[in-house]
Amino acid sequence: MKRGHPQRRGPDIVNLSEIKSEIDRLIASGEASAAISLLAELWSQDKSASAASFLVSHYEQQRPHLSVAPHKLAILRSFTVEPMVPLLRAAAFVAGIDLSVHLSEFNAYVQEIVDPQSALYRFAPDSVVLAVQTRDIAPELFRDFSGLSSEQVSVAVERVISDYRAWISNFRRHSRANLVVHNLEQPTHPARGLFEAQSPGNQTFAIQQINRGLRDIAAEQSGVYVLDYDALVARYGRLQWHDERKWLTVRLPISAPNLNHLVEEWMRFLHPLTGRVAKALVVDLDNTIWGGVIGEDGMSGIRLGSEYPGAAFQEVQRALLDLHRRGILLAIASKNNADDAMEALTKHPGMLLKPQHFACMRINWGDKAQSLREIARELNIGIDSLAFLDDNPIERRAVRTQAREVMVLDLPHEPGEFARIIREFPAFERLSLSAEDLQRGSYYQAQREREQLEQSITSREDFYRSLNQEVEIAGLTKATLPRIAQLTNKTNQFNLTTRRYTEQQISELVKLPGWHCFSIQVKDRFGDNGLVGVALTHHHEGIYEIDTLLMSCRVIGRTVETAFLSFLADHARKLKARKIQGWFLPTRKNAPARNFYSEHGFQALQENGEGTLWELDLAQSSLACPEWVRLHVVNGDRA
Amino acid sequence: MNAQLYERVRSIAADVLQVSATSITQQSSTENVESWDSVHHLNLVLALEQEFDLQFDPEEMDHMHSISHILQVLDNKLNHRSS
Repeated sequence: MKRGHPQRRGPDIVNLSEIKSEIDRLIASGEASAAISLLAELWSQDKSASAASFLVSHYEQQRPHLSVAPHKLAILRSFTVEPMVPLLRAAAFVAGIDLSVHLSEFNAYVQEIVDPQSALYRFAPDSVVLAVQTRDIAPELFRDFSGLSSEQVSVAVERVISDYRAWISNFRRHSRANLVVHNLEQPTHPARGLFEAQSPGNQTFAIQQINRGLRDIAAEQSGVYVLDYDALVARYGRLQWHDERKWLTVRLPISAPNLNHLVEEWMRFLHPLTGRVAKALVVDLDNTIWGGVIGEDGMSGIRLGSEYPGAAFQEVQRALLDLHRRGILLAIASKNNADDAMEALTKHPGMLLKPQHFACMRINWGDKAQSLREIARELNIGIDSLAFLDDNPIERRAVRTQAREVMVLDLPHEPGEFARIIREFPAFERLSLSAEDLQRGSYYQAQREREQLEQSITSREDFYRSLNQEVEIAGLTKATLPRIAQLTNKTNQFNLTTRRYTEQQISELVKLPGWHCFSIQVKDRFGDNGLVGVALTHHHEGIYEIDTLLMSCRVIGRTVETAFLSFLADHARKLKARKIQGWFLPTRKNAPARNFYSEHGFQALQENGEGTLWELDLAQSSLACPEWVRLHVVNGDRA
Repeated sequence: MNAQLYERVRSIAADVLQVSATSITQQSSTENVESWDSVHHLNLVLALEQEFDLQFDPEEMDHMHSISHILQVLDNKLNHRSS
């Protein structure tokens, strides 16, 4: 449904039922992949409850033909969420996630959390949503506020915060799953009317205090996140959001048009939680980041500025800048004369984006699918990590068919809507921002300078020496844990085993005997690359096993990986290990790591269907840190 | 009874109850469609609310336990709205 202005969809009905029968026809004639892309098309046109049921039953039938990742989600709730389940599963299927959903019994979330034998833990969820309403957990603050003394208000606030804290730490004792906690909404009408805004210690403030408490609890525990339910309800309008009669009769507080908005908010969490994220956004120029066509309208003719109609495009640029600051790379794929486009990019007074904000540019007359492939290669990321923004539906369709892995944003006709579409795109969501994310744009600029240096120096060793690389290796700390977990989840290329871990799992692993976690930070003459590599190792009876070894592609090919491995060998020797073992588990993406062990003197020990186990005899090995890398080792605090 | 309205309701009911549209008739009800339980009933009501952009009263929801009753309620509501 269209946001804000629910419309009767009468005129579309023919079209939609035609799509549905076409899907059935394609399935009957065995054209599964065409049927699957048409299912996604149906969802983009009709996010209704009936379309959701249709999608879920058809996706389930087509499961063998889908490349979807299973994910188990439990929802603990104080209200009816059953009608949202098909909507959520349909949206997840379209995003490549095969979601199984467990619902707690009504208002039995506390029992489910505290009882280690409960259905919740038997379900073994990957992620859990705790959706409790203000009126259920704090009825006195929500309904009877005007009758409370200020002491009673403080008591209620403290009680709710300490309940949440107890439940969440209890949950953490029994489960490593991600936990998404809804915060508490404000009432539509404050109990004291206008006077509310004039008085200290008011109802709004009391509920805000609880929400701040929730944020503190989430910051204390790893893998716990707050869903800002109050902001969500406010965004769509408190009066519109609610359906009081359905709350009173079937315990469903949310009106039919808003069910999707809660589902979309859940999806925004599921994207980063399942690694379905875009690392870079490739944008078109004409009529996308400015109005008009630079090659025809010229510098003075394009629409870009703080007034109508150019303001809509400044809003697009502002949204892109926010993504850039979130660590999402920006790139350009535009059909233009490069000189015209560069002139606008560098000199137009309305431009908020500058050439240095773009990690890569393809401004030519070639086709965009090809440009996207080149951009992915140049940025060293998979093409399925690219998102694509273009006002032209023909270009979008061409990319959808010729580069199917790319995530394409659909833009409406009205440019005033573009910025909102960008801001709501779930693959741009991040649940934590590391220092590396915030710096990423400048890393790529330094990388370009490094490559120029490499080309000007003839011998590899001279090049390595000229880099002045400094490597710092550290044990696990609280500060590095989020970045370490993030790297295990998103590093695909130089990754020997591609084992994914949550923060919670890593901090529990290193508490077990024999386990260690190390991270490396790399600096060179061009700047600080930040935390770019992780190793998880396990020592047992003379065998030192490398469970995980990964490095960001930014630093690969500069012998840092050898330095890291030499450190692990020294560590193994200190623990009196005789041998180092490590699996190489091939995936579609980790070819850059394939020869890593053989190039460092490891022998293949065994092969199973999934990969090869390599072994290094430490007595025979002469593995050492390259002379041009300076290595520092610091101890961690074992988060 | 409006034939176009019947077709729209039928197609929504078939999707939500996960049965074929041809098996849905005016006589289909919570008594004779196995998947039409209370959860699916709520889903069906919400799907109709989304489709026709309206809200049913609790009394109407209770009355909507067969396709012919749904058509009655809808017909009533839509005529009331356009007048």
